[in-house]
Amino acid sequence: MESIKDPILQIKNVSIAYGSNKLAVKNVSADVERNTITAIMGPSGCGKSTLLRAVNRMHELYKSIHVTGEILLNGVNIMEMHPTEERRKVGMVFQRPNPFPTMNIYDNVLAGYKLNGIKLSKTEKDEIVEKTLRDVALWDEVKDSLTKRGTFLSGGQQQRLCIARSLALRPDILLMDEPTSALDPIATKYIEELIVELKKSVTIMIVTHNMSQAKRISDYSMFMYMGELIEYDNSHIMFTEPKDERTRAYLTGKMG
Amino acid sequence: MTHDKNLQVRIFKNKMLYLLVCIFSGLTAIPLLAILGEVLIKGWRQLSWTFLTEATPNAYKAMMAMSAGEPVPGGIANGIIGTFLMLIMAAVIAIPVGIFCGICLSEYKGKWFATVVSYLTDLLQGTPSIIIGIITYIWVVVPMKGYSAIAGSVALFIMMLPLIIRSTEETMKILPETLKEAGLALGGSYWRVMLQVMLPSAFGSIFTGILLAISRVIGETAPLMFTALGGAAISWNINRPMAAVPLMIWEFFNDPNLQSLIWGASLFLLTFVLFLNLLAKRIQKKWKV
Repeated sequence: MESIKDPILQIKNVSIAYGSNKLAVKNVSADVERNTITAIMGPSGCGKSTLLRAVNRMHELYKSIHVTGEILLNGVNIMEMHPTEERRKVGMVFQRPNPFPTMNIYDNVLAGYKLNGIKLSKTEKDEIVEKTLRDVALWDEVKDSLTKRGTFLSGGQQQRLCIARSLALRPDILLMDEPTSALDPIATKYIEELIVELKKSVTIMIVTHNMSQAKRISDYSMFMYMGELIEYDNSHIMFTEPKDERTRAYLTGKMG
Repeated sequence: MTHDKNLQVRIFKNKMLYLLVCIFSGLTAIPLLAILGEVLIKGWRQLSWTFLTEATPNAYKAMMAMSAGEPVPGGIANGIIGTFLMLIMAAVIAIPVGIFCGICLSEYKGKWFATVVSYLTDLLQGTPSIIIGIITYIWVVVPMKGYSAIAGSVALFIMMLPLIIRSTEETMKILPETLKEAGLALGGSYWRVMLQVMLPSAFGSIFTGILLAISRVIGETAPLMFTALGGAAISWNINRPMAAVPLMIWEFFNDPNLQSLIWGASLFLLTFVLFLNLLAKRIQKKWKV
């Protein structure tokens, strides 16, 4: 593939093991271009979510998971940062919308600040909430019900609220772990449009097992199989002329 | 036509089973209703404002009132004050300790010390309350050289603790893991996420558990016999023996002149426990995550 000119993230020889010997990700190296959308595709159990979760150090919560290799964010090894600082710079959106159930919409957007112990004035809070909700195209729908609980919204709205919650902290990278797999087609379409819009301000890595979604929205695509990064290329090239036989088989539906 | 006949038999069986279920559930309700009815019928005559605001009458006054055919004067105010004072003291310590212990048990499940603590919690929950009473007597009453409300609240604290630990632990375990991950992914520190995301999400169920723990220990008599002892006058001094409603029921039973007060006191306890249970149900519904 053409070389990445301005990588925001450099993944170098990363392997991830569950338990003592079960390798879920095998020696993956890849650079991620700034302000683009990179899709990670592959069949279930290929290690795509596992790789994604290494980027915001989620694996540290579980003692049995071991990560080796290096991940550089803006040239700095993420292991040399404090985990809370690192996770502030790398937002994450989960498969199922999970707004904090006891917080209202307003507080959900500001949850990142609250959890980091950052004090804001009322005007700063109002500004951040309005701007972020406008960014995710949710402001007009919820501006009159900011004090209602986040769980009161529809699934698609909840997911946009969760995206807003991550964006409020102005992260460098937004990780999305199959963000539309629990949503209906219309809500999915809104989220996809939103993701494309967001790449102006944030780099996005999205795990999906929906090939057409990757094709629609991504600039670059990774194809993973059995823990290995089989192919990584410009999405246009990947979907028209894949180089590896396994990629071709997956994209044509012969392997899933 | 055998097919149709089979169907008839199945419908008949279905109806019989349904009838059986109705009959048995009706049978179990009978003793419950009988207890409620008995206490209500015998107790409501005693209930009056003075019953809740005055202390236990002395035996002489009660005897005179009885022989004159009047209702026994006085009430259970000393017991109500004692019960609530001791409950509050016990709860103030048991709630934070129990919640933190419950969080630890759910967070460190599988670790050896969590397993040990978990077993001990079960053991404590199954310990007969009279044993907790005698232990508290040795630990608190003997060193303090006297019965006291403090000792009573220690006994109630020990009774409440496993109930609160269990309800917290069970609630924390059923919260989705992604809730914690979402908090941590925003850069929250572990304890901030626990206190500001997880605990509030579990609050409804934990609060319900606390209410049920209170309603469970409010009627405890045996542990208080060894610790709070009881008292005939209204007392606010927690270093001195203190009355409690369940203790008073036992005292009334032993004094022929005061026996008519038993039912009023029972009705009070029963009403309060019922109220706590209904409140717990409502809160659980309202705070459901």
